[in-house]
Amino acid sequence: MKEIVVISGKGGTGKTSVMASFSYLGQADLVIADCDVDAADLHMLLDPDYQNSEDYYSGELAILDQEKCINCGACLDVCQFDGVQKENGIFRIEEMNCEGCGYCQRVCPTAAIHMETQKVGQWYSSNSKVGSTMVHAKMGVGAENSGRLVAQVKNEARRIAKAEGKEIILIDGSPGIGCAVTSTLSGADYVVFVTEPSVSGIHDLKRVSELVQGFSIPSGCIINKYDLNPQRVLELEAFMEDAGIEHIANIPYDEGFTAAMLEGKTLVEYENSSVSQILVESWKKIKQFAKV
Amino acid sequence: MKIAIASGKGGTGKTTLATSLASHLAESRDVVLVDLDVEEPNSRLFIDGDQTHQQDVYKEIPQWTGACSLCGQCQDICNFNAIVQVGSQIMVFPELCHSCRACSDLCPESALPLKPRKIGILNQFQTEDLDFVESRLEIGEQQAVPLIAQTKHYVDENFDDDFIKIYDSPPGTSCPVIEATKDADYVILVTEPTPFGLYDLKLAVEVMRKMGKAFGVVVNRYGLGNEDVIDYCQLEGISVLAKIANDRRIAELYSGGELIYTSIPEFKEQLFALESRLTLHDMVGAV
Repeated sequence: MKEIVVISGKGGTGKTSVMASFSYLGQADLVIADCDVDAADLHMLLDPDYQNSEDYYSGELAILDQEKCINCGACLDVCQFDGVQKENGIFRIEEMNCEGCGYCQRVCPTAAIHMETQKVGQWYSSNSKVGSTMVHAKMGVGAENSGRLVAQVKNEARRIAKAEGKEIILIDGSPGIGCAVTSTLSGADYVVFVTEPSVSGIHDLKRVSELVQGFSIPSGCIINKYDLNPQRVLELEAFMEDAGIEHIANIPYDEGFTAAMLEGKTLVEYENSSVSQILVESWKKIKQFAKV
Repeated sequence: MKIAIASGKGGTGKTTLATSLASHLAESRDVVLVDLDVEEPNSRLFIDGDQTHQQDVYKEIPQWTGACSLCGQCQDICNFNAIVQVGSQIMVFPELCHSCRACSDLCPESALPLKPRKIGILNQFQTEDLDFVESRLEIGEQQAVPLIAQTKHYVDENFDDDFIKIYDSPPGTSCPVIEATKDADYVILVTEPTPFGLYDLKLAVEVMRKMGKAFGVVVNRYGLGNEDVIDYCQLEGISVLAKIANDRRIAELYSGGELIYTSIPEFKEQLFALESRLTLHDMVGAV
């Protein structure tokens, strides 16, 4: 079983649109996991049926019982996160700031504070329209620990892939280099970067590929919107060569992706064009590079 | 005044807007632009200034002295599983530690003193008109929040309240976004008129409402996709502050690291529209 992760560093490079086309092309060989839990968009193109859902709990929140509180301020003194606020001599917990560390609870002399586990989202395993099972999630607003939710989604995808005897888990990751991305990369066999030939695209690819190299995961890159800036394409190609990143394909700027999205379709099912052909070839190469 | 520029979806044009808006306002006001997208900070690519300051940023992590009675309290205290007792060793996992200090302060034998750990670098630049501060998270470091918090703190220490502070925020809806926007007086949500843009905008709106923030929307790449984003804003009573046309020239200029507003008149018009709406909201002074 191979885990193939699609990430970009920078947001908005077309990662999810490209990844959705690969899902369509891979069809029944796959289990699909949407690990971009912060802004999960893949479901809009793959039409999952939300067959099974489970609540996701993570992190704690301090709850202050005003009846027991003697306004001593011990909680305020120890909190490092401005999670305790004093207004007109009365103490209260600022939910948005509370980190859930529980330090206040430990020092409260009257046991006026207790910690409650928070429901911060839901995750689902669904049948998608492409015929493969899809694991995805919806995170509650402002929730913490998206890294742990990602781990949960991946574990479920692995369990299903094993049970169904699937060869590939295809994973959509989030932008950035933080906890959600690190969690997405753990256990990955191959990484596909989707970037664009812009100063930001290059800058962000460099940072995220350094993270990937730290995990020693082989990788390849698709340059989307490659016709925007030929000079930056050269720069990208030079960087990829230096960094040992395989060059999978160049995709021209194409509003067909948006037109397909408006109909809830992946590009390869929406149109038969030179771009859809590039995606077909790319998917073949990726399977080859990932040694599927 | 603090104005945060955020979005649910990545790549909608936050940085394009933040750098152009900050540069434009700085022509007639005191402005500091702050890049709080510390995982992938891009504003610097568009701001051509002289570096005036650099400092390492740390968070405090407990470090076991190696000598204690192994009472195990620290691992019970830690809510983040960042401390584990393995045999006769106490192991600390710095990436998981939230620097709450509980283990260190409450250890009966003071065996977990706090030691600084570098989590990123803060850089400060100055152009003719504009001050600019950015922080970059060390690669491999997982938590953006402490670095964002310290960057804002640095800006508040070094720039008084007369400055307009523009925060270029990270994408998404989770804790880094909360940290970057929670003390903003006003939040500008940048979106694009596509199904992905609309879906992620709705999530961002939910976050802003939960935080009780004043906010408005800028629609970028207007003309692409459909009118659903505009209809949604109208239905929800959300003010659309500007509509920036879908224009390949903007994408091309952006790709080369150039500021947009000086080159594209239509973009500048929308920037003026945004400025006057911000003035109406008392977010920036009239000139």
